[in-house]
Amino acid sequence: MHRFANPARFLKIARPATAWLLLFGLALTAIALFGGLALTPPDYLQGETVRIMYVHVPAAWLGMAGWAGIAAAAVAQLVWRHPLAAVAGRALAPAGATFAAICLMTGSIWGRPTWGTWWEWDGRLTSMLILFFLYLGYIALAEAEKERGGEGRLAALFGLVGAINLPIIHYSVLWWRTLHQGQSLSIEGSTIEFSILWPLLVSALGFTCLFGAAVLMRMRAELAQAKVEARMRRAAAE
Amino acid sequence: MSQWSFVTAAYAVALIATAGLLLWAWSSMRKAEAAADELKRRR
Repeated sequence: MHRFANPARFLKIARPATAWLLLFGLALTAIALFGGLALTPPDYLQGETVRIMYVHVPAAWLGMAGWAGIAAAAVAQLVWRHPLAAVAGRALAPAGATFAAICLMTGSIWGRPTWGTWWEWDGRLTSMLILFFLYLGYIALAEAEKERGGEGRLAALFGLVGAINLPIIHYSVLWWRTLHQGQSLSIEGSTIEFSILWPLLVSALGFTCLFGAAVLMRMRAELAQAKVEARMRRAAAE
Repeated sequence: MSQWSFVTAAYAVALIATAGLLLWAWSSMRKAEAAADELKRRR
C-alpha cells in the first residue's frame, strides 16, 4: 500500500486502470442488463419485476462497499498517515452516495408492485437511508476541511464511526423481520436459480468496474487540483 | 401500470445516475488535468 504513497507512482497505474475499468465496466454492464432483460425467465412469484434485482443489488453492494472503502482509507490516514488516504476518501464518497441513492430509488420502485408500498420504515430500508445521509455528511465535512486547509482527520473519524452502520444494514433483515426479504446470496452459496443468478453476478462486476473508474477519475482530479494549487501558492510566494 | 413499467423506471434511474456520475467524474478530471498541464507548459 505504501508503494502508492507517491502520487506520481499512483498516477502511472491509475491512468491506464481508469480506461480499462471503464471499458470492462461498460461491456459487462451492457451484457448483464441485456441478459437480465431479455434472456432470463420471469420469477414464479414476482413475475417480471424480479429483473429490477440486476440494478438494485449491485447498487446496494456498492453503496456499502463505498463506505467500507472510506473506513479503510480513514484507518490508512489516521494510523499510517498515508498521503493518498484523504484523497481516496473524498473520491469514494460521491460514488458511494450515488449508488446508495440508486439502491433506495430502485428499491422503492421494486417495493410498489411487490409489497404494495413505495416506502416502509423497515430495518433494511431505514439503515440504507441513514447510510445515504452519512455520505452527505461526510462529503460536506471533507469539503469544509479541505477548504480550510485541514488534513481531513475529522472526516476520517466520521468515516470510521459511520462504519458501524454497515453491520446494521447487513444484519437488519435477521434482526428485524419486516417487509424486506432475507439474504439470498452469500459467500457460502445462493438460493437463486442459476438461470436468474448469472446476470446478477456479471452486473455486480460491471457496476463495480464503473464505480472503480469513477473513484480513480475523482482521485486524479483531486491530485491535479492539488498540483495546481501548490504551484500557484509557490508562484505567489516568489 | 404493468410490471414492465416498474422495470423500465428502475433501469432508467440506475443508468441515468451512473452515467451522470461517470460524466461528472470524467469532466472534472479532464478540467483539472488540463489546468495542471497548462501550468506546467507555462513554466
